[in-house]
Amino acid sequence: MSAQQIGKPANRVDGFEKVTGQAKYAAEFSAPDLTYGVVVNSAIAKGTIKNIDISEAMALEGVLQVFTHQNRPGYTWRDKDYQDKDSPPGSPFKPLYSNKIQFSMQPIALVVAESFELARYAAMLVKVEYEQEPHDTNFEANLPKAYKPKKYKATPPPDPRGDAAAALASATAKVEAEYAHPSEHHNPMEMHASTAVYEDGKLTVYDKIQGVKNSQQYLMKAFGLAEDELRVISPYVGGAFGSGLRPQYQLFLAVLAARELKRSVRVVMTRQQMFSFGHRPKTNQKFAVAAASDGELQAIKQEVFAETSKFEDYSEDVVIWPGVLYNCANVELTHKLVGLDVYTPLDMRAPGGTTGIYALECAIDELAYEVGIDPLEFRIKNYSEKDQNKDKPFSSKELKECYRQGAEKFGWSKRKMEPRSMKEGHNLIGWGFAQGAWEATQKKAAAKAVLTPEGKLLVTSATADIGTGTYTVMSQIAAETLGLPLENVSFRLGDSSMPMAPLEGGSWTVSSVGSAVKLACEKVQETLLELAKKVDNSPLQNASIEDVIFSDGQILLSQNPTQSVSIKAALAQNGGESVEAEATQQPADKQQNYSPYAHSATFVEVKVDEDLGTVKVTRIVAAIAGGRIINPKTAKSQILGGAVWGIGVAMEEETMMDNNLGRFMNHDLDKYHVPVNADVHDIDVIFVDEQDDIVNPLGAKGLGEIGIVSVAPAIANAIFHATGKRVRELPITLDKLL
Amino acid sequence: MRPFSFSQTQDVETAVREVAAYPDSKFIAGGTNLLDLMKIDVMRPAHLIDITKIALNTIEETESGGLKLGALATNADTAYHPLVEERYPLLSHAILAGATAQLRNMATDGGNLLQRTRCYYFYDTQTPCNKREPGTGCSAIKGYNRDLAILGTSEHCIATHPSDMAVALAALEATVHVSGTNGARAIPMADFHRLPGDTPHLDTNLQPDEIITAIELPSKGFAQHYTYLKLRDRASYAFALVSVAAGLELEGDTVKEARIALGGVAHKPWRKPEAEALLHGQSATRENFQKVAEAYLEGAKGYGDNTFKIELAKRAIVRALEQATNMEASA
Repeated sequence: MSAQQIGKPANRVDGFEKVTGQAKYAAEFSAPDLTYGVVVNSAIAKGTIKNIDISEAMALEGVLQVFTHQNRPGYTWRDKDYQDKDSPPGSPFKPLYSNKIQFSMQPIALVVAESFELARYAAMLVKVEYEQEPHDTNFEANLPKAYKPKKYKATPPPDPRGDAAAALASATAKVEAEYAHPSEHHNPMEMHASTAVYEDGKLTVYDKIQGVKNSQQYLMKAFGLAEDELRVISPYVGGAFGSGLRPQYQLFLAVLAARELKRSVRVVMTRQQMFSFGHRPKTNQKFAVAAASDGELQAIKQEVFAETSKFEDYSEDVVIWPGVLYNCANVELTHKLVGLDVYTPLDMRAPGGTTGIYALECAIDELAYEVGIDPLEFRIKNYSEKDQNKDKPFSSKELKECYRQGAEKFGWSKRKMEPRSMKEGHNLIGWGFAQGAWEATQKKAAAKAVLTPEGKLLVTSATADIGTGTYTVMSQIAAETLGLPLENVSFRLGDSSMPMAPLEGGSWTVSSVGSAVKLACEKVQETLLELAKKVDNSPLQNASIEDVIFSDGQILLSQNPTQSVSIKAALAQNGGESVEAEATQQPADKQQNYSPYAHSATFVEVKVDEDLGTVKVTRIVAAIAGGRIINPKTAKSQILGGAVWGIGVAMEEETMMDNNLGRFMNHDLDKYHVPVNADVHDIDVIFVDEQDDIVNPLGAKGLGEIGIVSVAPAIANAIFHATGKRVRELPITLDKLL
Repeated sequence: MRPFSFSQTQDVETAVREVAAYPDSKFIAGGTNLLDLMKIDVMRPAHLIDITKIALNTIEETESGGLKLGALATNADTAYHPLVEERYPLLSHAILAGATAQLRNMATDGGNLLQRTRCYYFYDTQTPCNKREPGTGCSAIKGYNRDLAILGTSEHCIATHPSDMAVALAALEATVHVSGTNGARAIPMADFHRLPGDTPHLDTNLQPDEIITAIELPSKGFAQHYTYLKLRDRASYAFALVSVAAGLELEGDTVKEARIALGGVAHKPWRKPEAEALLHGQSATRENFQKVAEAYLEGAKGYGDNTFKIELAKRAIVRALEQATNMEASA
């Protein structure tokens, strides 16, 4: 079929708007008489505000109000009114609620003025006196107080299988090691921002968020608003990586101010303030792994200690990976939390997977060396044919094909097992491997399709495009289903008045929203077929929907494609009306019997200058089994982005806590390092063929997270191969290799 | 940002007169550091004097065979100037190791010397910092200090000077020309920046009423044997953990003269001529370089997170001298 859209490397349909600056982000929407809010943050990590003096700020002409806990309007005290769709169990932070300080950089005042510059200046004049209390921010010091939460936000640790302790005691080859992952902050290019437009008592809020429905419902509960009093819009998001899963405090404060002042208000966080809320939690992992002399895995024991706040129990899927990735009879997994005086951690790209797979894949590499088996061979030997956490087969798993194609592209067969065996001038060369997985979830989602008499299709769903390509792939799915050219299709998102979509995260958007788009378009197909039958001498008179295909603007009999009715002719039978359909797609029952995962195999080459400790990641080959690839171009971008971030995870990213002050200190992009172009060299992306009829009606698996999970361990393993040193504390900065 | 008044001047005399007349006034040229610091309330000048219209942006040869860089020549124009590239490639490399193309296009040579430290605490007005607010204490000494100084520190401050350019200028023994209400004077690079002592709020010996007019490079440029080795946490757009500007004059494999300056380790570009002298008349061997490196780091003190810099600096000196000797590609 010439009109096939799925599988085409289509350019981003929103690319032109983005590169020409026409795409508007939350802080770029305006309103008549817009006012500007600037947030004041706490200097201390714990205690109370004794006094907050706003008089000097208020004295400036043009300053409208300085909102604090003292003058805020009354609002709800109930925790559940502040809980959003991504809240962990606990008591959510309530901005300006009381004089209590729960974490450093907590928002404690909002200055609103007629100009941004004035608001920023006035914010400097707010004087705060604190009653300081001793804070707990030292993760290591608080490890003895680690606890099992009453309720896990993530999957609770799977039950033990077999007897790991006995297997470890009698094993011939064993590795016990502890791995440390630091706190990391998301740092999308676009800072969090909300523009609350106030009009006749109603609010339209432009918000940076990964799901407008989440912001809308949060605001409705927190401010006691009805659905028709509040619309949330978010057409473009300049990166989020999970930071936009929960409504952040600038949203609450902008709406609070707009309602009180009856004016439109914009609040934008500064880059420094991007370090004042959720982050990937600092996590320590103790691994004990054992194998027989032939390399058969005999035991995996994983003990996780992860940071959370003192008011919410954040947890993520750190311990599920042994059961997904390795066939092993004796497994013991624990996940404990360390409560600190910090803001609650927050899902960050592949939450739990980035952390857990890093440590697991390093421990397995260490064990392969202990046994003396090539690390890739070791994985093949212990390949899991089913998800042992759930005791279910995978819906599909072409990971062995990833091994094969990745190894061939990389030249893995030429690798010498021995560390320090490759040299070039000052550099030691190392080759490392790691594998990864990420769940291919489908969630309930809805979409609406409207086909105009002119043959233009508009599809809507309240999802988001955080740079992932949602606009483009949804357009392709719709165009494919109805046999229309891509330019006749537009997809719109990011408006709370649109049909329901889940939060844009978890790599489930293509699977969930894509399936809903397909279903809505299939409903349009049915109407079109009925209309086509009304055409004079219609060859489709007796056809049912199974008998026809939609292609190139035609409805064709699949048995006899010369017999067709054009979609336009069918539409002409609708009395000048559009054909509309709304559909909600749920995961199919047959999924219940399977475990759906995407898989990755990552091969890395590093060059290490041992005298100076510097590391260059010269080559990455990422082979991905991600089901059906809707758009190879946007798909590749996802994997490239994941690989680049993997370099950051392995070697650069770390938010540094000053435990004297209880404060993250490297809170800007000068001091918080993410990779720059000069750090990134060759990256090859391979998508292997993978058929999956179970995962969802599209056969596609999400790609947002599978690209990052196995990169950092492959780099760490390559550094070992180069140097013979195991650095078990991320990031692997040059001082750790001296 | 706090309100400030603003004026523009066309000549050095007026600039100096104005800066003396206005309390809390500052010159502004590229503004790549000052504006950032004003936005986050670290620097609070009441008056800014725009000096970009003063004709101080030329790069000219001097009678003694050196080169005079106008204080307002941009970092980019300086790094890519044919005479700089040919005679002072060490300086060119050092400039290009810093910042980004966009910043170097704006930043001026005079302003580069006057950059403030990048210490985390100096940048955060909600933390104590003796450099920002004298007498409040130093958070870094017992706090997070990975990037901070190991040489010439005091109990009041362990900040580093962030410039790459200044490190090369120190190795080249450049002279800073300044003008003030009391006339003009020339300050050797070695005396331009200060150590923190008990006055960490003062970065340089420039007087409040003085303006930098030019930086003069002596004729000797070490263009045959030089290197600028910068070690940092990523391959570009990061300040040095340790950097080494090295220039050698060789006769066969005998060192006639050696110049070394370290960046990222002190409140000023770090020179130790008596350690360099250990190489004079000696052969250019790794063993001799290691002796110099040991001598150079004598008295260095680590504060925990930054203690690794002592060993790193030694290794960097050895590598830089090797590179300068063999003229291998810089790392």
